[in-house]
Amino acid sequence: MTTASGSLTATNIHLSFGANHVLRGIDLHVPQGTTTSVIGPSGSGKSTLLRVMNRLIEPDQGDIALDGRSVLKDNPDELRRRIGMVFQQFNLFPHKTVADNVSLALRKIRGLSRDEARAKALDQLDMVGLKHKADARPANLSGGQQQRVAIARALAMEPAVMFFDEATSALDPELVKGVLALMTDLAKGGMTMVVVTHEMGFSRNVSDSVTFMDGGVVVETGRPDELFEAPTTDRLRNFLSDVL
Amino acid sequence: MDTLQQFLDTFFDWQAMGQVLPTMLTVGLTNTLILAASSAILGSILGLVLAVMGISRNPVPRWIARIYTDVFRGLPAILVIVVIGIGLGPIFRHLTGVTSPFPMGVLALTLMAAAYIGEIFRSGIQSVDKGQLEASRALGFSYGHSMTLVVIPQGIRRVLPALVNQLIALIKDSSLVYMLGLMSGEREIYRIGNDAAANTGNLSPLIAAGLLYLCLTVPLTHLVNYIDNRLRTGRPERVEPDEAAAVVGKGA
Repeated sequence: MTTASGSLTATNIHLSFGANHVLRGIDLHVPQGTTTSVIGPSGSGKSTLLRVMNRLIEPDQGDIALDGRSVLKDNPDELRRRIGMVFQQFNLFPHKTVADNVSLALRKIRGLSRDEARAKALDQLDMVGLKHKADARPANLSGGQQQRVAIARALAMEPAVMFFDEATSALDPELVKGVLALMTDLAKGGMTMVVVTHEMGFSRNVSDSVTFMDGGVVVETGRPDELFEAPTTDRLRNFLSDVL
Repeated sequence: MDTLQQFLDTFFDWQAMGQVLPTMLTVGLTNTLILAASSAILGSILGLVLAVMGISRNPVPRWIARIYTDVFRGLPAILVIVVIGIGLGPIFRHLTGVTSPFPMGVLALTLMAAAYIGEIFRSGIQSVDKGQLEASRALGFSYGHSMTLVVIPQGIRRVLPALVNQLIALIKDSSLVYMLGLMSGEREIYRIGNDAAANTGNLSPLIAAGLLYLCLTVPLTHLVNYIDNRLRTGRPERVEPDEAAAVVGKGA
């Protein structure tokens, strides 16, 4: 699959909700065409970091750059059109068919005609193996199928970067594998990806880089074999012994 | 026996009912439906505006919606109809040359309906999962687009039963417009029943009016139950084989 991937860099990101200092100077660099896994305990700020990097939440301080160019002064809607996002709870639009979920943004944002958008949506659904469900409602799909539709919906916009926010955490165990396989294909195909995950197998075997966050800071970052084989901090050692 | 006969004559004089029925159906029913439907439609439009103002992040529209809703939900319908009808009637007449109080009746009913419908819409919109707004913003939709394409359609669907209840209330409240002194061709169901009862000294025409109201409202209440049930259980679906689960023998 051909993608127009880009590099993404977050520099010194700070964010507070009232007195709660959620992100305390985060630096994250995701080179073009690579996959970075972000791991860490619940409440460490991983999901919040994703939302700051596509400006669903505006940072109090710091900079975000796509392909080396700061995006904080641009229209945030434009930025989000270049960054696809997949959520833990899928967040498909329940009042629309599967095909309409995928084609909605193509029609309303890209300005494609109904027929063009549907054709593109069907191609995208074919890629995730769900073309035959095009006219079903999301509620009639399994969780794994819904998440694959959500991935197709994000990919249809031809994003430069894909975010995955615990994309398999809400799935029944037997459905996780299909979604992870799809994410692996994407990573291998050269998509730039940031994957917040509890799937240590994925972050270890698929990602190019792993970032461990705790308490709103990046504690360790490096190649997966380095981090998993030889963690240098107690915090990461403790975390790994809890989850592995 | 005399008492029973007197009771039947007073309330169920078929002849008196038969006399009033043609006018009640051709003039009264039409006008009642016009009053209720037009104020329901206009009230829904204004109500949607109020709902969107009520969830705005800007406090000014939020407060305007709040105050409007408190005022028009807090006043008796008859007071609003009389004050608007008698108070704004002359101004409206001056501006448009229309002498009929009928539009003022629609206006008063609309203003009250909007307050209730606005609250219904607002609760529906706010009950939509936050992830829906987040997902559409993440796709690159603006806030306005996200609301109109994704959030509001789902919110409205959920409150359809409450909206039909509001239509029932409007059908009943439209009877109060008789206070404004309607011309004979503008009379609604209640006024026609009331006039006939006054002329004949017999209450049967009002009973006929009551029965006609029930013919409108009872089916609607059952429609509410039907929609409510359908929304809760979903439309009947053919079961789709889940091949992803079947591979590992889920449910086997």
